[in-house]
Amino acid sequence: MFWLLLGIVILMLTSAVLVLVLDNLLAALAASSVVSLALALVFVILRAPDVAMTEAAVGAGLSALILVLALRRLGLVGVGGRRVGEGDDA
Amino acid sequence: MPRFATVLFLAGFAFLLFSLTLTLGFGEPPMRAGQGVLDQAVAGTGAANAVSAVLLGFRGLDTLGELSILFAAATAGGLVLGHRRPGGDGPPAGAILQAGTRLLFPLMLVVGFYIVLHGHLTPGGGFQGGVILAAAFFLPVLAGTGAGPDHALLRVVEGLAGTVFILIGLAALWTGGVFLEPLLVDRGALHELFSAGTLPLLYLAVGLKVGAELAGLLAHMARAGGGEA
Repeated sequence: MFWLLLGIVILMLTSAVLVLVLDNLLAALAASSVVSLALALVFVILRAPDVAMTEAAVGAGLSALILVLALRRLGLVGVGGRRVGEGDDA
Repeated sequence: MPRFATVLFLAGFAFLLFSLTLTLGFGEPPMRAGQGVLDQAVAGTGAANAVSAVLLGFRGLDTLGELSILFAAATAGGLVLGHRRPGGDGPPAGAILQAGTRLLFPLMLVVGFYIVLHGHLTPGGGFQGGVILAAAFFLPVLAGTGAGPDHALLRVVEGLAGTVFILIGLAALWTGGVFLEPLLVDRGALHELFSAGTLPLLYLAVGLKVGAELAGLLAHMARAGGGEA
């Protein structure tokens, strides 16, 4: 159980750092969803399936959906959507 | 000076985390009220899922408060994002994305309604299922394969669900109990779909209200982004 949790925590930390450093905004969004999904796994291990479902639905699903819509509103949703100030189509 | 404040904040945060992890055993909550709730949850509300028993049976008023907070947040979001703005869509969706959306939509619909309707038996409930339902209706919008749900219909569903929730609470008050007290608990057997009295009805109302509210919020955002919703 310890090693499983350690693996999940490392996955969460890696994805969280990826959110900061990835150039492609959609990829960064997917990485932030991975953080939420891994956290949902931790909740399952802690025997809180209700919280895990909320985390997976809201954290990984709905917030990603809202952020995608926000990106689209800002015109950054294209496949080459780069961070403002770095790319050419920001 | 801001750097000093950051270091101070981080040190305090680390201290808090360390003291928490050192004093608490992992996975062993130090709460004492839980056992009492567990003892009374199933018999008192007829719900096999103790979390639902607490959310709707013991703390129905809190759930109503949560619904109002969500309603206020969705309304405020709609107010802020109400202006239509011209903007270009992304590139057209590829075949894989379109086919995947068509496959996922009925699946998410079934899963969402299953989670809402079985909230009193298995983990999950109105909030989780409602979020999944709202997300299901917005996959086609994101993939560019269809329009979002009708806004007028969403408003009707949302209003009806909220009204039903409060009416069930008032019915409990009318029968001489407390507002939002679980009714008809003894009808139906435990672990059956039709059991736990009014709890499944309350969860259905919560699920529809949450789903309609979030779908309305997403519709506002999609429209504001120049989408086809």
